[in-house]
Amino acid sequence: MCGIVGLFAKSPQVERDLGLHLSKMLVSMSDRGPDSAGIAIYAKPIAMKTKITVQSQSPEVEFPKLKKFISTKKEVSCSLDTNSSHAVITLDVKQKKLVTELISDAFPNLRILSVGKKMEIYKEVGKPNDVIERFEIDKMKGSHGIGHTRMATESAVTTLGAHPFSTGEDQCLVHNGSLSNHNSLRRELIRKDMTFETENDSEVAASFITYRMNGGQTLKEALESSLVELDGFFTFLVGTENGFGVLRDPIACKPAVLAETSDYVAFGSEYRALTSLPYIERAKIWEPEPATVYFWGH
Amino acid sequence: MGILDINKLSLREINNTLQGSDDNSSFSIKNPKGAHALAVGINKNINVKVLGSVGYYCAGMNKFSDIKIEGSAGPGLGENMMSGNIHVTGDVSQYAGASGHGGSILVEGNASSRCGISMKGIDIIIKGNVGHMSAFMAQKGNLVIFGNAGHALGDSIYEANIYVAGEVASLGTDCIEKKMTKKHRSNLENILSNADVSDYYLDNFKRFGSARSLYNFNVDNAKIY
Repeated sequence: MCGIVGLFAKSPQVERDLGLHLSKMLVSMSDRGPDSAGIAIYAKPIAMKTKITVQSQSPEVEFPKLKKFISTKKEVSCSLDTNSSHAVITLDVKQKKLVTELISDAFPNLRILSVGKKMEIYKEVGKPNDVIERFEIDKMKGSHGIGHTRMATESAVTTLGAHPFSTGEDQCLVHNGSLSNHNSLRRELIRKDMTFETENDSEVAASFITYRMNGGQTLKEALESSLVELDGFFTFLVGTENGFGVLRDPIACKPAVLAETSDYVAFGSEYRALTSLPYIERAKIWEPEPATVYFWGH
Repeated sequence: MGILDINKLSLREINNTLQGSDDNSSFSIKNPKGAHALAVGINKNINVKVLGSVGYYCAGMNKFSDIKIEGSAGPGLGENMMSGNIHVTGDVSQYAGASGHGGSILVEGNASSRCGISMKGIDIIIKGNVGHMSAFMAQKGNLVIFGNAGHALGDSIYEANIYVAGEVASLGTDCIEKKMTKKHRSNLENILSNADVSDYYLDNFKRFGSARSLYNFNVDNAKIY
């Protein structure tokens, strides 16, 4: 089943309360998927800086080591903010490649969840409420964000199997549905040097979009290609540096509701996900059309 | 009139109250906030008004009762309805009125995909548009669409009338346009008058139904086996 939510702020008030709104939306979708939950939040960027979000299975051991490691590397300047099993490394945008390689070599057990100027991804096994409390997502601010609560069907309940999946810098995807050709598509993408960390079908969708965008397609074109190449049922919500996009497969049996006011655009698997939003009773509410790409950007 | 507030009562308490009420009683349901399975399985001649939008499977298996939703409804509105009336002032999501045997559903807004799938005698009136695969495998009843219909309208239809005033994106297999006879004009007038709908122009409607070519096995296909 799975539940997905998204919120795109058009006003400073909604930006300030973005984490709180998204948290309420995600918690309302708990009974659509109690296995694991996650959120991607797009915070204010810092000039000339970028961020790497990492996750550790043993943060109490690895994060102090990581902090020490970073401080001893005189050639890089970065800071580390830990948040439970996740940590955000803020670094000079020019040193992105160098830092990523240093960390990957020295800490092979550390998982890099996202890279980007704005995006941070937090995801763990557990119910939405547990995950939100763990990372204090309700206190976060941002211009937009997307969230997911998972009912695992085709792969294991693990942190890496949780959504969102990063699809490239400042890009991520959450998925409600199931893809039937993900194994053959994964093999095809591996031959094209894409790498995978899970057996999850949604990771294949994320990787497919990344691959197409690396090849020069726009997000809209990449999403339209997925209508041709992906076989199965899906509602995708895709976060980018500037906004989010929505796409449903042509059969469109996976639910989706959109709401728009002068203050925000909101997405929910169900109307229930939207009821806590301010002035929802005055919002324009509709069901997105099948096989149609929607996008809102700042 | 009984007032049932979802902020104060559980879904089960509300549905038990409705199902156990006396004929001719009336209820208002407050704060539905997209709740699932509201007012299902009612087998009494009662009046229910829902003050807001509802989620999945509202008014499923309805028999005898009149249910008005002042808002929109999620997937599966009035599934397998037997009789009574459902009136939605907003939009409805997927498969509204699926496999309905009788009674009527009036939607003032749009309906999404698979509206009236496998309908078996129900009348469904949509004042707006309907999505793809509506009236799929419809067996009996009437689907009246004031707006446009999505792709594959009436796919594999057995028997049922589909009346459309707007455009049809495409017809499904074995669904064809049929002549709007005197009998069908009066049938449509009756359906709309029963639902208290008067703002329409009869000449705008076209009728679609079964070509009946899937009724029997085509011997030319025998060589496939």
